[in-house]
Amino acid sequence: MSDDADAGWDDRPTQADRGAQREGLAGPEPTDRPRPSGRRSKQGVRIDPEAEASHPARRTTISALVKHEPGVLAEVAGLVSRRQFDIDSLTVGPTTNPETARMTLTIEEPEPGVRQVEKQLEKLVPVISVRELGRDAVRRELAVLKVHDDRPAAVESVVEMFDGEVLDAQPGTVTVEVTGSSSEVDRAVEAFQRFGVRELTRTGTGALARGTEWTTDAEADRYERQASSTTGTTNSATDRRTTTTAPETPTDDD
Amino acid sequence: MSERAHPAPPEEGTEPERHDRTELSDEQPTEPAPPATGADAAIAALTAAGVEHVFGVQGGAIMPVYDALAEADDGPTHLTMAHEQAAAHAADAYGQVTGEPGVCMATSGPGATNLITGIADADMDSDPVVALTGQVPTEFLGNDAFQETDTVGVTRPITKENYFAGDADRIGATVSEAVELAGAGRPGPTLVDLPKDASTTETAAGPEPGRLPTYYDVPDRADESAIEAAAAAFEAAERPLVLAGGGVVKAEASEELRAFVNEADVPVVTTMPGIGTVPEDDERCLSWAGMHGTGAANMAVSHTDCLFAVGTRFDDRLTGGVETFAPDATVIHADIDAAEISKNVEADHALVGDAAAVIEQMHDAMATGSSDGSETDTGSDRHAAWREQCREWQDDYPMTYAAPEDEPLKPQFVVEAADAATPDDAVVTAGVGQHQMWAAQYWTFRHPRSWVASHGLGTMGYGLPAAIGAKLAAPDREVVCFEGDGSFLMTLQELSVAARENLDVTVIVLNNEAIGMVRQWQDAFFEGRHTASEYGWVPEFAAIAEAFGAKGFTLETYDEVADTLEAAFAHDGPSVVDARIDPRENVYPMVESGGDNSGFALAEDQL
Ligand SMILES: Cc1ncc(C[n+]2csc(CCOP(=O)(O)OP(=O)(O)O)c2C)c(N)n1
Repeated sequence: MSDDADAGWDDRPTQADRGAQREGLAGPEPTDRPRPSGRRSKQGVRIDPEAEASHPARRTTISALVKHEPGVLAEVAGLVSRRQFDIDSLTVGPTTNPETARMTLTIEEPEPGVRQVEKQLEKLVPVISVRELGRDAVRRELAVLKVHDDRPAAVESVVEMFDGEVLDAQPGTVTVEVTGSSSEVDRAVEAFQRFGVRELTRTGTGALARGTEWTTDAEADRYERQASSTTGTTNSATDRRTTTTAPETPTDDD
Repeated sequence: MSERAHPAPPEEGTEPERHDRTELSDEQPTEPAPPATGADAAIAALTAAGVEHVFGVQGGAIMPVYDALAEADDGPTHLTMAHEQAAAHAADAYGQVTGEPGVCMATSGPGATNLITGIADADMDSDPVVALTGQVPTEFLGNDAFQETDTVGVTRPITKENYFAGDADRIGATVSEAVELAGAGRPGPTLVDLPKDASTTETAAGPEPGRLPTYYDVPDRADESAIEAAAAAFEAAERPLVLAGGGVVKAEASEELRAFVNEADVPVVTTMPGIGTVPEDDERCLSWAGMHGTGAANMAVSHTDCLFAVGTRFDDRLTGGVETFAPDATVIHADIDAAEISKNVEADHALVGDAAAVIEQMHDAMATGSSDGSETDTGSDRHAAWREQCREWQDDYPMTYAAPEDEPLKPQFVVEAADAATPDDAVVTAGVGQHQMWAAQYWTFRHPRSWVASHGLGTMGYGLPAAIGAKLAAPDREVVCFEGDGSFLMTLQELSVAARENLDVTVIVLNNEAIGMVRQWQDAFFEGRHTASEYGWVPEFAAIAEAFGAKGFTLETYDEVADTLEAAFAHDGPSVVDARIDPRENVYPMVESGGDNSGFALAEDQL
């Protein structure tokens, strides 16, 4: 290697040095080197030799308050797909504040993956606030299904059983609506299978935190409260995304 | 271009007086502001942000912006590149060398798509770049109009943020925001797509003071309690190691890092983008770790029990397989981007904040009191054995090469000779391949913003356009570009730009008549089948250089090295040195892809 800043042209390596200095890479072979004792998991988590660290995937719901502008959905969807997050559903709709929309993501990821989803979402410029919802969050999904009308009374009783509603009855088909948690909707769809489900459409999960808890942190000090008052001015002091924290009890979305 | 894609010609007599940008000054205009266009506003925003150079290529949809650029006599100068990819790379290198966003421009469609590689490269390396692209008029959008590409859609995954600026009144503010955002926090590329109708529409709205987008949050200092815990962990360590990444360069945190390393008296390694953050000839610096890093750096990384990593994203070329990366280490990870924490390697201590601030915080926390209350124990004595071990590794694994006199030129020798022949503060750019690794290994870097290469994306052909950008960024510094024959062939048309502008850059082609890095992997992992990696014939690079108006040299023997390099560096203008190197030379040490850093091979038979 060259010497110092002032190493002039006269100090350049010469052929004579070359033969003397340059023998090819030296040093103990890989097998002769000391090896570290530890190990990490594939997720880069250091493994305690006593207790093997493992992160089973869990199902959870993440809510993101986003700027209501074109392109946000594509940005979020693109993020999810290119980072290979295991996503069950993604819903989006406006809030009472015309400036914002809410996205709800149901994902199935190991713990580090859940944290990555949150942090990568937060990085997107139009994303205002992100939070993983607790186990007790209110979660609803909607299914509209069309069954054959051969046994209208039986259909009616299944509809009642699942607190559903008949939306349309015609010669040939009955169209019904059921809402509930994702697994409730699963069970309802299963129950309607006995009549033969001709067609089915389901939404993803929409969710809000329960009770007085705010769904995302930003809403507490800005959006939803101000939306009910008259002013919609932005306040840059509160205009920051807050770091999310994992809920006390992780959810598994029943 | 189709007839309908043209905007309505400006009305007679409304020739805007574009020089008087009253919106830029605080003084109230005495007369009503003359009409200006969206394009004027875009250029005014660049001017207001202090942008001095723009790299680009003309075209239909961007013509109004170019016209505004020409009319703005206080605006940036423009460098016409031969290809838009080179415009993006030049802007990227300009941004890396100055620390200020580099700006590139292209027309819609093919112009914009030609920028993609450069934008993706800047995105991977977190370099501040602003791209302005022309777009078809809004009324044609989505109709597959002539030269229409959904530029915003195509660049969404490779930009920090991008904007469709369809409203002339918003263009100034949008470009201002794009420039500000590119450099803020973790730098990265931003893009503003300018439909031709918006850039030709009159507007009174100029740029705005560079403001960050509403929801963008730049962390500053790290949480104090996290700092204290991290400092305690670092002090308690037996084998502490500092890992400096490219983020240290971007945050201008080299001084703080050097002070920290000196005072804590601990060994330090860098990542490849972190090269230059600590002087490589400093005894504490073990050089860079990773796939082709030094033996000492990789041994240290493998054996440390506490790794203080600053501004790195733990790329797999650095870590090898994460299962074996620093497996005994408590990891303290400082980064301005919270999403980098625990993405690849779990952090035991997360310090989210600006690198300079975080290092200073750590420094302070360690100076004021060690965890056990003992006064001045900086760990210096306790770490003596560890420091000694690292020094031994440096002795055990020196960066040497076999250079018999009668064999073809060794590339390492050429790199060392070029280093010796240039001033300490030269800027080195590189293409991608073996030559890039030799340049990184055998040049002794002492300053940040001296090593400008394509790291994350690994873009062949990066070196020459980067050298052009670097020369504009630092006209007084020597700019040396190492290229491989294959990599050089990808962008060598930019020699026309260097010659036209008489830019004093020296390209050293380490010519092995092969795409050598691929051939090396074929030797190691594909039983030596050299499929599509050897050229049956390569052009005469010296003659090509001359044809482009540059000076050409050919270098074949050791005896010529000194004089040829001297002549090339002395030439006032671009020169190309075609160094015919040993075609069989391979890059070592080498950690197998996904392998264990401490298991680096010193030769092919160890892979
Ligand atoms: C644009 C692009 N295409 C392909 C590759 C894959 N690649 C990596 S290194 C390399 C060989 C580079 O050959 P050369 O420029 O001659 O340099 P050498 O390795 O011989 O020094 C190739 C093809 C790449 N990195 N970038």
